Amino acid sequence: MSNPIPSGHEPQCHDFQAGAKKALDNKVLQALLERTLKSGFQQRRLNAKARLPEYDQLRDQARDLKNHVLDNLDVYLQRFETELTKAGGFVHWAKDAAHAREIILKICQDVGAKTVSKGKSMIGEEIALNDFLDANGVVPIETDLGEYIIQLRHELPSHIIAPAFHLSKEQVGETFKEHHTHLNAERDLSEPSVLLGEARAQLRDKFLRADVGITGANILIAETGTAMIVTNEGNGDLTQSLPPVHIALTSIEKVVPTLEDATLILRLLARTATGQEQTVYNTFFTGPKRQGDLDGPQAFHMVLLDNGRTELLASEFRDVLRCIRCGACINHCPVYAVTSGHAYGWVYPGPIGSVLSPHFVGLDEAHVLPSASTLCGRCEEVCPVHIPLPDLLRHWRTRGFAAKKSSKMQRVGLWLWAQLAKRPGLYHAVMGLGVSGLKLMGGNRGAFKTLLGAGGWTKTRDLPTPQGGTFQARYRKGER
Amino acid sequence: MSKARTEIFARLKSVLDLKQDQSTRVQNAEQRIGAAAPNLIPARGLSEGLTQAIMFEEEAKFAQAEVRKLANLEAVSDIVRDTCQEAQTTALKVAPHPELQAMDWHSLNVEFGPGAGSDLVGLSRAYAGVAETGTLVMVSGPTSPSTLNFLPDVHIVVIHTEDIVANYEQVWAKLRQDAGADKPVMPRTVNWITGPSRTADIEQTLLLGAHGPRKLIILLIDAKNP
Repeated sequence: MSNPIPSGHEPQCHDFQAGAKKALDNKVLQALLERTLKSGFQQRRLNAKARLPEYDQLRDQARDLKNHVLDNLDVYLQRFETELTKAGGFVHWAKDAAHAREIILKICQDVGAKTVSKGKSMIGEEIALNDFLDANGVVPIETDLGEYIIQLRHELPSHIIAPAFHLSKEQVGETFKEHHTHLNAERDLSEPSVLLGEARAQLRDKFLRADVGITGANILIAETGTAMIVTNEGNGDLTQSLPPVHIALTSIEKVVPTLEDATLILRLLARTATGQEQTVYNTFFTGPKRQGDLDGPQAFHMVLLDNGRTELLASEFRDVLRCIRCGACINHCPVYAVTSGHAYGWVYPGPIGSVLSPHFVGLDEAHVLPSASTLCGRCEEVCPVHIPLPDLLRHWRTRGFAAKKSSKMQRVGLWLWAQLAKRPGLYHAVMGLGVSGLKLMGGNRGAFKTLLGAGGWTKTRDLPTPQGGTFQARYRKGER
Repeated sequence: MSKARTEIFARLKSVLDLKQDQSTRVQNAEQRIGAAAPNLIPARGLSEGLTQAIMFEEEAKFAQAEVRKLANLEAVSDIVRDTCQEAQTTALKVAPHPELQAMDWHSLNVEFGPGAGSDLVGLSRAYAGVAETGTLVMVSGPTSPSTLNFLPDVHIVVIHTEDIVANYEQVWAKLRQDAGADKPVMPRTVNWITGPSRTADIEQTLLLGAHGPRKLIILLIDAKNP
């Protein structure tokens, strides 16, 4: 992939197993995940769904809308560009991450910017924008509370809508004490509200002084050349209105035809993501400040990123381009629920990350991620635009197997299994032998505590001794 | 035309042409945009008459906004004065809307204009309200600065019941109508506001007043049904 990743941002997807083990051994993290996922995101989504009987119909329509957009992507992008240009905005096309970084740096340098305030943007994470700007003399300040915390800690987000999901309030307090050194070191930071107050006070001044504001965009509207963001904090909204220059950064598949189509997505997004009826702030912006306006930026730039999405469009992964980045698949994944986000080794975690990362960072690096799933199907079940995530994970497994990315042992094992599975007679014979053998070895014991060659299983649980014959044999004998 | 643009569109065309030729795609797009047809509007977005204002109030409260119903604009300045007193300030930032400019602001230091970092109390006038989720719609312009929606600690918004609509689609229709044939439909900024600012970024604990207002007070002017 022609996606030069700056140093310090090398993906660690190949290390999923080590990352998962680290997460499992982290008691603070496990307690947080246990407490926040089920009663938080999952329950709140269910409550919101119960209050909207048409929820599932809206999902079908949203899927159809996104499919229509993908089938007509070029013409909607052209219309968006025409309308935004008419409104006085500049449109920049970026072919990959490096190109997008260069475009943004140049806009900042042209206006002599020293600091930029940033609204939360996953595309910003995808192109590793912050460190690049910093290294080139432009200081970026994340303004979303979660992003601000992980920026101080030099970490990747562990969740696409809750970047500091992996941290306890104690850890946040320690981080603030380490970085806000001008404040009394003995102050009490045990309450989340005090932490918020401190961050708000720190950031207010930075909002007001920033030379450039950079936000993402959740949706682009072709009809009017409008881009929009959703925030609960009001940070992105200040970022797009206070500094004299506003840069919005997003990827090309975010466009929809009309304001009505944006509305369809906005009826689903908050309910699915956080269980709110609506996000607190939905801010729509069209070009720069108009004549007579009392505030708003003098100049507006839209950076539209491809980064291989046109390749995805032509591939078996096309459906993933419907994603509206709500995070529901992450919130409902039983693997994420114990590993958290950092184990996935790059900016997008969970099922959506396991589909996106192999594309962005390559199969060499990320071939284990599609296997970090039980294919239980909950992600697809909760997806507001019906992305068949388990199918897409299987497609990556197929590609990985064909490209010989997994270990030799694994491939030989799969090959052997295939030989058996393709020959029913042989399969039944081998299974019958196995069952009788285990029964004989087990004797009167109800279960094996250890078994040669099955250490992976018996390390954490007993293996029950088989009772009777195989299912097939018993079925044939009339036991049903 | 930049090289990247040419490349992106060439790739898109080569992929999309496989299914439909470009002239069909242009037709598809023009049709959809021209029709601006609503998608499914849920039943809760189809309230009528009196129930619109009731639903707006309920939903806004559900999103933790404070709603006060007033028979006319006369009581607005007193309520704002009380709010300022509570916030221990005499300074008030007001959007330069004629309706708000005409009010009696004695005993307060009133300034008309955009928001500032030090604002404690701000007063604006809404363009519309959406009943289905209790959402305020604010549009930027000479009488309505966008920054005032976010910078004050307490944000007070005046809205008239006749400006409350059932659903978001009716807001777009209103904007299209106001723009007419020769003005752009969208002002520079349109803010939908549903409740006061919040965050759950620390251990998923809900806290109000992240970067925007800690408190949102909606003054609902209902002249017909006091």
